[in-house]
Amino acid sequence: MAAEQPKRPAIRWHIAVFLAPAVLVYTAVMILPLFNTLKLSLYTDVANSQVFIGLDNFRLLFGDPRWAGQFWNALGNNVWFFVIHMLVQNPIGILLAALLSNPRLRMRAFYRTAIFIPTILSFVIAGFAWKLILSPLWGVAPNLLDLVGLKSLFQPWLGKEAYALTTLALISVWQFVGIPMMLIYAALLSIPDELLEAAECDGVTGMAQFWKIKLPLVLPAIGIISILTFVGNFNAFDLIYSTQGALAGPDFSTDILGTFLYRTFFGFQLQLGDPNLGAAIATAMFAIILIGVSIYLFGIQRRLRRYQF
Amino acid sequence: MTFKHMKLALLAATMLAPASAALAQDVTLTIESWRNDDLTIWQEKLIPAFEAAHPGIKVKFTPSAPTEYNAVLNSKLEAGTAGDLITCRPFDASLSLYEKGQLAAIQDLENMKNFGDVATAAWSTDDGSATFCVPMASVIHGFIYNAEVFEELGLTPPKTNDEFFALLDKIKEDGTYVPMAMGAKDQWEAATMGYTNIGPNYWKGEEGRLALIKGEQKLTDEPWVEPFRQLARWKDYLGDGYEAQAYPDSQNLFTLGRAAIFPAGSWEISIFNEQADFEMGAFAPPVQNAGDECYISDHTDIGIGMNAKSANPEAARTFLNWVGSAEFATLYANSLPGFFSLSNETVEMEDPLAKEFVSWRESCKSTIRPAHQILSRGTPNLWNEMWNVSANVLRGAQTPEEGAATLQKGLASWYEPQQK
Repeated sequence: MAAEQPKRPAIRWHIAVFLAPAVLVYTAVMILPLFNTLKLSLYTDVANSQVFIGLDNFRLLFGDPRWAGQFWNALGNNVWFFVIHMLVQNPIGILLAALLSNPRLRMRAFYRTAIFIPTILSFVIAGFAWKLILSPLWGVAPNLLDLVGLKSLFQPWLGKEAYALTTLALISVWQFVGIPMMLIYAALLSIPDELLEAAECDGVTGMAQFWKIKLPLVLPAIGIISILTFVGNFNAFDLIYSTQGALAGPDFSTDILGTFLYRTFFGFQLQLGDPNLGAAIATAMFAIILIGVSIYLFGIQRRLRRYQF
Repeated sequence: MTFKHMKLALLAATMLAPASAALAQDVTLTIESWRNDDLTIWQEKLIPAFEAAHPGIKVKFTPSAPTEYNAVLNSKLEAGTAGDLITCRPFDASLSLYEKGQLAAIQDLENMKNFGDVATAAWSTDDGSATFCVPMASVIHGFIYNAEVFEELGLTPPKTNDEFFALLDKIKEDGTYVPMAMGAKDQWEAATMGYTNIGPNYWKGEEGRLALIKGEQKLTDEPWVEPFRQLARWKDYLGDGYEAQAYPDSQNLFTLGRAAIFPAGSWEISIFNEQADFEMGAFAPPVQNAGDECYISDHTDIGIGMNAKSANPEAARTFLNWVGSAEFATLYANSLPGFFSLSNETVEMEDPLAKEFVSWRESCKSTIRPAHQILSRGTPNLWNEMWNVSANVLRGAQTPEEGAATLQKGLASWYEPQQK
């Protein structure tokens, strides 16, 4: 009997078999296209055939004042777009979650659903609805402001360079505030009651309890939300495209990396598309997101203290 | 048994069907197009008229969505599955198809004599030696006005620039109506219906456009800056919050009767006829001084050519020749008021507004939009920049001089004749 047993453990095929579907699908739809894009950015089109030109596309993108100007403008706008989300979306999300987790709140399910619904709307619907709301001609915004006597505050926000990007960022915040709310709400609910009761015995109640007990416990969730926001914002495109068009007006003040990539890659009106330079921009976006995520993973996430209950 | 019979019958049917088609010698031509709005007009008016006159040739109109057309067409042409007849976008998009050998040269068609140089420029090689599409239609720019408002306020359409602004002042003073319906948000309104609408009177149409291509004039020269100065004056006469007003907003503002004047392209005619329940009139872009020669933007927009790999080249040429005839011109222009035939033949039209637009061709000289031929081949793209700069000037974010300087700098950065 003993002789029949193998000396080394057999190759555990089932691991490979179980991993294979996910690995194959992920490789086919994510990894191959990614490397193809990286490769595309090193070539250029000469008389309908692809010619290898090394880093020339990147030299053009960062060296030519016109392309570099557009790139840095888009990146700057993108950073501002992200900053608004971090400063507005996440604190509001935390606040809403804290309110929702208050056991004395009634109609909790209704609020939760109502706030989360915009998240499942298409960008196009959200963009179009807000375009109508803010329209100086038919929108309800000027009338509502008029009702409270603040008509003078109304501006054609989407048409002014100074306000357009911030307005769009706030629309995006309105749409997606449900996600941080839900994640933090779930984190708050998972805090064991014993912990809170112990805190109460020690005299830590109300706001102090939130700041000293609950917030440190949900910090990992906030970290995850921040990185999701970062990736989402630097990949954003749809909202700007559907409200402002591919030229991201007024005067490129709402141009972010996504719209810049679109214009370059696919072309616009009489401008023919340049897939190679577009791929160079996509590669730059990939690098930016990779750096951001790495900073988070190695710099922040490891230092977050986790508590075992 | 029954099953076996059925199989036999089916087999016979599949074998006989192509045979019977071949016996009748019928040739079917397929048209690729982006004008899916025009499907019924092709099916009910244009194709029956052609088929009645040319027995033995059948035509099928198979449009795709406008935004997808170029991509769909390119992949079909490369795969060899494109139709026999190809609807042509103007200038470089079609030129590149010709250079790849996908469109056939057709300048030797008999009815091509019906078209002038301006009409064929959009579908010819730069040296004019070959033409690859028959011009179908152009759109003309001008101003459409609400005739009832004009009557109520006792106004007459202006001829000169001073009259134009005096008129706008009067409407503004009255206060009931927004003088002009236009917004800056979509940018192309400012460029297409603003700058290239009024501009030809200043740069003298083709004369200025060709001088720009040859490098003899610059966009910072007076004839190219002055239209921007005029455009900058418009902002006092637009609706509240025009900075965020989009193109459909402008259309609605006018068709709801809240605005008096709409800077327009003639393609609006059929939409406005449907939506506005008041009388409308039109006037050409005003000239600087009374008695000046006038110029209009008469932009070549649609042509039709032939797939170089078509299996039925003779039938396709017959069809193209028919598109060049006076009969087609009349049919097309009356089915789609606002899309004007480019033919030299006289075309009788019924729509009064369309008639008004096309009558300017007799008194004024035609030109096309200046950025479309050759000048939009490089980056930055001149036409895209014109959208942005025109909207900036309209919003007052750039002065006319700064705007013109931006355009010139962009063009000179890649276009050699402008670098001297």
